[in-house]
Amino acid sequence: MLSLYLPGTSPVHRAPAGLKLGVLAGLGIALFAVSRLEVVAGAFVLVLGAGVLGARLPRRALTSQLRPVWIWLVALFGFHLLVTGPLDGAVAVLRLLALVVAAAVVTATTRVTALVAVIERLASPLRIVGVRPARIGLVIAMTLRFIPLVADRAARIREAQAARGAERIRPFMVVPLLVQVLRMATTVGEALDARGADDAPSSRPRRAAAVRSGAPA
Amino acid sequence: MRWGRRSEDVAPASAATLPRTAIELRDVAHSYGDRSVLADVSVTLTERRVGVIGGNGSGKSTFARLLNGLVVPSEGSVMVDGLDTRTRGREVRRRVGFVFQDPDAQIVHPTVEEDLAFGPHNQGLPTGEIAQRVEEMLERYGLAGHRDHPAHLLSGGQKQLLAIAGVLVMHPRRIVFDEPTTLLDLANTRRVCRVIDGLEQDVVVVTHHLDLLDGFDRVLVFEDGRVVADGSPGETVPWYEARMG
Repeated sequence: MLSLYLPGTSPVHRAPAGLKLGVLAGLGIALFAVSRLEVVAGAFVLVLGAGVLGARLPRRALTSQLRPVWIWLVALFGFHLLVTGPLDGAVAVLRLLALVVAAAVVTATTRVTALVAVIERLASPLRIVGVRPARIGLVIAMTLRFIPLVADRAARIREAQAARGAERIRPFMVVPLLVQVLRMATTVGEALDARGADDAPSSRPRRAAAVRSGAPA
Repeated sequence: MRWGRRSEDVAPASAATLPRTAIELRDVAHSYGDRSVLADVSVTLTERRVGVIGGNGSGKSTFARLLNGLVVPSEGSVMVDGLDTRTRGREVRRRVGFVFQDPDAQIVHPTVEEDLAFGPHNQGLPTGEIAQRVEEMLERYGLAGHRDHPAHLLSGGQKQLLAIAGVLVMHPRRIVFDEPTTLLDLANTRRVCRVIDGLEQDVVVVTHHLDLLDGFDRVLVFEDGRVVADGSPGETVPWYEARMG
């Protein structure tokens, strides 16, 4: 999600973000409601086809999303093998595989701001209790922006401590990271002020789409 | 010494006839808790290019933040084109942009194009104009090929260019730079210097990079929260260098 978007002009890329998120949510519900192997396997083949043929994504974009979960898939299959049987294991694994690939297709074909805009629209009813949906969207976008940055700062601190002989991570090592993050948060707050975040309209148009199309207001 | 120019860096700002700005500080003092960081500062900035130099902790960055209302003075007043930063902060920040030392703290959206659209959107501009301004910035600063790139994967120089473009896209009349080259290597320092050199807007540049100030109209030297020298670069920079030993 942080850096998975792959620009493209395929029909899947052009599909509205809300539709893609809706299909993803619907697929998740349907896959857990149905336990027939042929249906789950069909769904897996379908999302794989949507990714490779429909969205024309490189195979690597999908396999890289499977790498972190394969150990869990093996463990899940092993558990079912011992407890319920290989058929249930295959269904459970294919179900998760289909969902992971579907999520990968959505994130690889949808800009973060388009996803955030959908969340803002979903949160718009909260306006009646004083919540500004644009603020929620900004918080999500900033979270996605700053996760790799904080991870990078943490890596630098680990390196600095390793260079001074610290061989393993100890709890107190988090203190310099906290100091850096808090200091950065102050500057980020100033930057938001300087860039007019307080002036933002209460509802945010679909920025990415607007920027891309150049459409008049 | 003037930095070598390249056409892509020095294209004039799109706001063709930018009005000049006047920033007036009257008897300004500022403190953080008990710690005084600025005292007795009274200056009026009307020049196109103003440099600010001084040692670490001399009050330069606080002075810079006063100029667009990010910080309001504990005593005295700061007026930008007649607008008091204490009461008209939002309007002041629309006139005076601010580029921070660390671009990572200024870039708030995950990708280049989205971050550029952030400021104009906050200004409530029509989507067509936002798109046009973003495209212009992407092209001018060589970021068009990175429009969809995650900001955290850009080089330090590209991040600083993005931070500058993120301010320019809002069409401010004056831009305050707080040590914009401190974190950059030589090549990127030169590039950012050329960009500043080519800006049509009035600029205030806080820097330790004294070469950058060649050609500036005025340089203020800060020490212990006070302006201790004020004049042309030819007068102030050699004086400052001699004082620093």
